[in-house]
Amino acid sequence: MTVLNSKIPAGPIAEKWSSHKAAIKVVSPANKRKLDIIVVGTGLAGGSAAASMAEMGYNVKAFCYQDSGRRAHSIAAQGGINAAKNYQNDNDSVHRLFYDTVKGGDYRAREANVHRLSEVSGEIIDQCVAQGVPFAREYGGTLSNRSFGGVLVSRTFYARGQTGQQLLLGCYASMNRMIGQGKIEMHERSELLDIVIIEGKARGIITRNLVTGEIERHSAHAVVLATGGYSNVFFLSTNAMGCNAGAAWQAYKNGACFANPCYVQIHPTCIPIHGEQQSKLTLMSESLRNDGRVWTPKKKEDAVKLQKGQITANDIAEEDRDFYLERRYPSYGNLVPRDVASRAAKERCDEGFGVNETGKAVYLDFKYSIERLGKDVIEARYGNLFQMYEKITAANPYELPMQIYPAIHYTMGGIWVDYNLMTNVPGLYAIGEANFSDHGANRLGASALMQGLADGYFVLPYTIGDYLADEIQVPRIDVNHQEFVKKEKAVTDRMTRLYNIKGTKTVDSFHKRLGNVMWENIGMARNEEGLKLAIKEIQAIRKDFYKDLRIPGDYDAMNIELEKAGRVEDFLDLGELMAYDALDRKESCGGHYREESTTEDGEAKRDDENFAYVSAWEYQGEGKAPKLNKEELVFENVKLTQRSYK
Amino acid sequence: MADKILKELTIKVWRQKNAKAQGKFETYKINNISTGTSFLEMLDILNEELINGGTEPIAFDHDCREGICGMCSLFINGRAHGPDDDITTCQLHMRMFSEGETITIEPWRAGAFPVIKDLIVDRTAFEKILQAGGYISVNTGGVPDGNAILISQDDAEEAMDAAACIGCGACVATCKNSSAMLFVSAKVSHLAKLPQGKVEAARRAKSMVAKMDEMGFGNCTNTGACEVECPKGISIGNIARLNREFLVAKIKD
Ligand SMILES: Cc1cc2nc3c(=O)[nH]c(=O)nc-3n(C[C@H](O)[C@H](O)[C@H](O)COP(=O)(O)OP(=O)(O)OC[C@H]3O[C@@H](n4cnc5c(N)ncnc54)[C@H](O)[C@@H]3O)c2cc1C
Ligand code: SF4
Ligand code: FES
Repeated sequence: MTVLNSKIPAGPIAEKWSSHKAAIKVVSPANKRKLDIIVVGTGLAGGSAAASMAEMGYNVKAFCYQDSGRRAHSIAAQGGINAAKNYQNDNDSVHRLFYDTVKGGDYRAREANVHRLSEVSGEIIDQCVAQGVPFAREYGGTLSNRSFGGVLVSRTFYARGQTGQQLLLGCYASMNRMIGQGKIEMHERSELLDIVIIEGKARGIITRNLVTGEIERHSAHAVVLATGGYSNVFFLSTNAMGCNAGAAWQAYKNGACFANPCYVQIHPTCIPIHGEQQSKLTLMSESLRNDGRVWTPKKKEDAVKLQKGQITANDIAEEDRDFYLERRYPSYGNLVPRDVASRAAKERCDEGFGVNETGKAVYLDFKYSIERLGKDVIEARYGNLFQMYEKITAANPYELPMQIYPAIHYTMGGIWVDYNLMTNVPGLYAIGEANFSDHGANRLGASALMQGLADGYFVLPYTIGDYLADEIQVPRIDVNHQEFVKKEKAVTDRMTRLYNIKGTKTVDSFHKRLGNVMWENIGMARNEEGLKLAIKEIQAIRKDFYKDLRIPGDYDAMNIELEKAGRVEDFLDLGELMAYDALDRKESCGGHYREESTTEDGEAKRDDENFAYVSAWEYQGEGKAPKLNKEELVFENVKLTQRSYK
Repeated sequence: MADKILKELTIKVWRQKNAKAQGKFETYKINNISTGTSFLEMLDILNEELINGGTEPIAFDHDCREGICGMCSLFINGRAHGPDDDITTCQLHMRMFSEGETITIEPWRAGAFPVIKDLIVDRTAFEKILQAGGYISVNTGGVPDGNAILISQDDAEEAMDAAACIGCGACVATCKNSSAMLFVSAKVSHLAKLPQGKVEAARRAKSMVAKMDEMGFGNCTNTGACEVECPKGISIGNIARLNREFLVAKIKD
């Protein structure tokens, strides 16, 4: 049985991180040179960790599946990054950011982690500015801020609609400096396929070179997973096409607990699905809700005419527009958190008020802000997003409101980690979206970038020292160790097994089938019956997958279908675990909405009495039901209340 | 806008097994493509058909499909990223093509970008240039408060204009000399525009230009083709700035 020790330091919340830092061990510069660290993933979390640890003197080996570290999915983040700088004098503070985040996460995150995140948030901005990230500035030269969903202050820093890109280029530049100095060994187009554990400690990884097909062994004193989220289990999502759960799944199979897998974030402002041939969904940044008003028609007749294409939004009179977020949530209005906004949109569309041909879209209207501020101001703020929207939909959002609909976007669940960001497997760490830690059941906008960079720049580089200080006597790990040989064989067996099925169906066809089951039953709303059905259906798809998968091309060369097959195999298993987790959690919270648990006025109903815990699932072997471990969540600093944005 | 269906298209595409193999064009037919479909989705559909028919799918690079990661490439009907302005291939939609059209697809062609397979090329030469100096030398921690470095709105905007480069390589692919000047100048300009980057601006310009030459990119002869095909509207004004930076650095030597 796994014992989950969260290692949360004792003492008052505001002092936990500093007293912990004072107590944990430090490795001397001379000894850092003797220690190797593997970092898998070069997004904001992995990139910042790799650069910082290399600067400190460790030998870092970094891996990503793309052709360049700078193309990690973090590059796509648009809206911004939060920090409690109070530059706007709107009474922001570390405590307020902490409070907003715990509340926004529906009280399912660890207080201590969130407080630390808030504490270091300010330093992140300083670090990024120093690297040359061109954040937006005021006329006087100071940094600019805007507001995001779920909060009443302006604490979001941004670089046009390309914040993730600029932050990533910043930390990638730092990585490049270290690659140039030989402190980081960079492996592009390499995919982690297994983790090597020697005498209970993570000591290396097995990768596939995606160009040559070669299986490679890499060793280190510690392994850090910064491999991002698993939204692509739904096939259609806002994530990049290659995003996967492979590394997290291997960690799970090697003994690491997988926490809160069912917590999935649905983003309210995505471009709606246009048809059968679609491969991914495109996000429109949440920052648009600062100036856009969300509405549907009040009258069903109008909705029907819109659906048939007989009229456009502009034909609907002012008094016939239902600004339903402003109506239902007067104090937050269009800036309610994502889960609330998404459910409200679904509710309107389910009632028949959807505005496009599929009936699955609502309006995000800039008419009012253009009248108030002028087109120039709106163009300066969101020009590239408007352009992107027009390229995809061929409609001009300056003239007609945007059509938006919720889509799968971010996964709050992930590998379980303690306060040091170490999994329950010694020497194996997980940071960024890959871990479960800071967001609870829902993530507020602009907080993922903050968490990735907090973990990578200011948390892991300290906490990993505590573990590595005891490893300085351990010589460089030999990749000829029998555990490496064993794991390499396991990977080869797995890949050849997939390759040799020689069936008739493509990888994508299985992925789409799985995605359908996931969206229908483990998507925006879940119920017991649907979840049980999903488990059965996923098992049936898996059976078919092993019988009828077809992978053309050569085995020992670049083979994109083989790459995808491995990822979909993991998604099938993960999808099933998500259903188990959702079944267990008989409450509604954040991104997890159980239809059986609602309040009288149709809002999600939490059950703190019975469910204030982290579900940490433990692998029990192939074909066996997973085991549930619970980490009870203790709230000493925020009072658990019904989350209201009214 | 209502989508239409393109009943039949002919796809002429470069197939090359690996870096060493000889490549050649193959021709395929594809039917019933909605004009609301993206170009890469069209290729996905074609690939599904190829696999179902027992043929290996066409390999191409892509990831974000949002026009930001810079991974997608493709020379389409003689243009980098195809027949539309200011976009990447993943943002190109089939409404830009017409019924019965023949679409020719090739990989980026440049000596410094060798073909890996089919339409995928190796762009690591760009990374090598960045590793030579495309950064501000600052360690994590120990930096001043963000507002301690005041930057005028115009400078921040100009730096951002240059920093918007996604490293896709369209500029190289479209240049008759396969020059990487637009890419390098965007990087150099971004950092040189900011006070934090000024300190090592001269060193940066010199080492990045030297690396660019070493990696086998051609010379810039100011034809301006790069700017036309750049999906992010990176201006050749940056090249002038790079030249200035480079000259100043040389004079200082
Ligand atoms: C469209 C979009 C917009 C967003 N906008 C915002 C925003 O405005 N603000 C905000 O705070 N958040 C935003 N987010 C969320 C945020 O971008 C992500 O949560 C965050 O960037 C994740 O960073 P990461 O470093 O954890 O992972 P990623 O950036 O996803 O990096 C994962 C890395 O792991 C590598 N990898 C994965 N699997 C393997 C494997 N098996 N082997 C080898 N390498 C592997 C990849 O190559 C990659 O380098 C947005 C997300 C999306 C999709
Ligand atoms: S300058 Fe433009 S074309 Fe060249 S790599 Fe950058 S974004 Fe691509
Ligand atoms: S796939 Fe990322 S820019 Fe096209």
